[in-house]
Amino acid sequence: MTVTQNSEISTTSLPKPPKRRDYKTVLAYLFLTVGAIVTLFPFAWMILTSLKSFQELFNLGFWPESPTLANYSQVITQTKFLTWFGNSLLIAGVTTLSVLFFDSLVGYTLAKFEFPGKNIVFILMLSTLMIPTEMLIIPWFVGVTDIHLLNSTPGAYFSIIFPGLISAFGVFLMRQFFESLPNDLIEAARIDGMSEFGIFWRIALPLVRPALASLAIFTFLGNWNAFLWPLIVIQKPEFRTLPVGTALFNGEAGTQWGLIMAASSLAVIPVLLVFAFFQKQIIEGIVLTGLKG
Amino acid sequence: MAIPLIFFLVVRFLPTFVALRLSLYDWNILKEVQPYVGGKNYSRLIQDGIFGKALVNTALYTIIGVPAQIVIGLIVALLLGKIRALQGVFRALYFAPYVTPIVAAAWVWQWLFSPQFGPVNTFLIWLHIPPQSFLTSPSQALATTAALVVWQNLGFQVVLFLAGLAAIPSTFYEAAEIDGASGSQSFWKITLPLLNPTIVFSVVTGTISYLQLFTQVVNLNFTDQGGPLGSTMTVALYIYQMAFGRFQTGYASAITVVLFAIILVITLLQLRFLTKRVNY
Repeated sequence: MTVTQNSEISTTSLPKPPKRRDYKTVLAYLFLTVGAIVTLFPFAWMILTSLKSFQELFNLGFWPESPTLANYSQVITQTKFLTWFGNSLLIAGVTTLSVLFFDSLVGYTLAKFEFPGKNIVFILMLSTLMIPTEMLIIPWFVGVTDIHLLNSTPGAYFSIIFPGLISAFGVFLMRQFFESLPNDLIEAARIDGMSEFGIFWRIALPLVRPALASLAIFTFLGNWNAFLWPLIVIQKPEFRTLPVGTALFNGEAGTQWGLIMAASSLAVIPVLLVFAFFQKQIIEGIVLTGLKG
Repeated sequence: MAIPLIFFLVVRFLPTFVALRLSLYDWNILKEVQPYVGGKNYSRLIQDGIFGKALVNTALYTIIGVPAQIVIGLIVALLLGKIRALQGVFRALYFAPYVTPIVAAAWVWQWLFSPQFGPVNTFLIWLHIPPQSFLTSPSQALATTAALVVWQNLGFQVVLFLAGLAAIPSTFYEAAEIDGASGSQSFWKITLPLLNPTIVFSVVTGTISYLQLFTQVVNLNFTDQGGPLGSTMTVALYIYQMAFGRFQTGYASAITVVLFAIILVITLLQLRFLTKRVNY
């Protein structure tokens, strides 16, 4: 099982004995397994705790003696979990779509068009990465309070969403990737009479799918788990996102470990599934977007 | 092009200047009158012992966290590169902490490291090492908090290094093998130099994120006071406490300006000294 294709070839073509490779592979598996157990221990603890009954919470056995889904049903029926989940989905979803659209459009323009001030625009956008969020948060907060956005329905959501609508990092990633697309392809489409937006939308964009996949997952994850800005800007319980809801839940209901763990386990499942399905594209996306320098 | 440009001007650049201006006022969100005080907020900073402590702590987090997550991340990525079967499964397993909500992770951490009955202390007793107080001890709380951040960031680091490793052409390794290079030789002469851009990226973005450490610290303590005797207090947490706990917005803005200056200087220095051009 651990015999790789390489070592099969090396038995015939190279003098190196295949046994040495096998032993190395076994060692790699051993280290990875031990590492994975250590890494996953806290994660497993979260899921197992979510299956423990209230009585069992404080006896510290690893496995729940009588696993129960009571925490899950309680979290869904007796807290605002579904509202938080919906809010997080809305906020992370809208932000991701906006970032994908604007960042690829700006990245494409910066990569494939010549216009005066192009480099200045690019450097200005990149330099915003060095401005700490903390510095912007106070003026943002003063701004949204001044125009009384925080207590109305579209206004509150807009306040949570607006800082993330375009990401400078994403612009950088997309520009790197569009630069590697051959110009001939775009020229050919232009000669065929395609509109500029048509070229971008129907030719360039489908070719950068791996880059879009990695940008999408990291944008979605970042906003799904965002904490500082939502914590500050959300004033009413009905606008809370999953992280803010779960964090404040502690203070309001006493320390309800079981419920917190159930809520968190439910929050992990969708993102972990997405990663498991798209991990190849995500890694390929980062490779192709030019981190190799 | 116009919409993104306006966005960056209004949402990033304009607030930067607003923060600079606020830092010169005795600004308070709750009050009507905001008197101009010039450099008073900055001179107060110099005498503020808690700010000094937050600065030192933030530096410690960065010094512990950035190298730790890069070394561990690189080791895991290299090991993953050695295996074929189950590679995807292992990748997903190591990624799991990265998607765990920080609130839950912080709580599990409190449980794992709890002084009396936590699993980590049970393990230490089994190894005949006396139990430690971890998060409740002023001397150990910072390292325990840093461990949480490293644990959470590991998945992202691994993915980053896997991508970096995949970008190195395999012909280099084949050539080295033909020339009789050992495994460690090809690591130091091929892998590490060609991984330089990824490592620089990791150091720069990692440093920026550790300098802004907030969420893990606040969730491990349930307050904005920063752990036992302020031993885990960070600059970002202190900004939050000043601006949104005590409403001293002007003073908090002065701290953000200092933080910005620190990030700017460190990032530029790192980019200058870490970037070696590798041509291939």
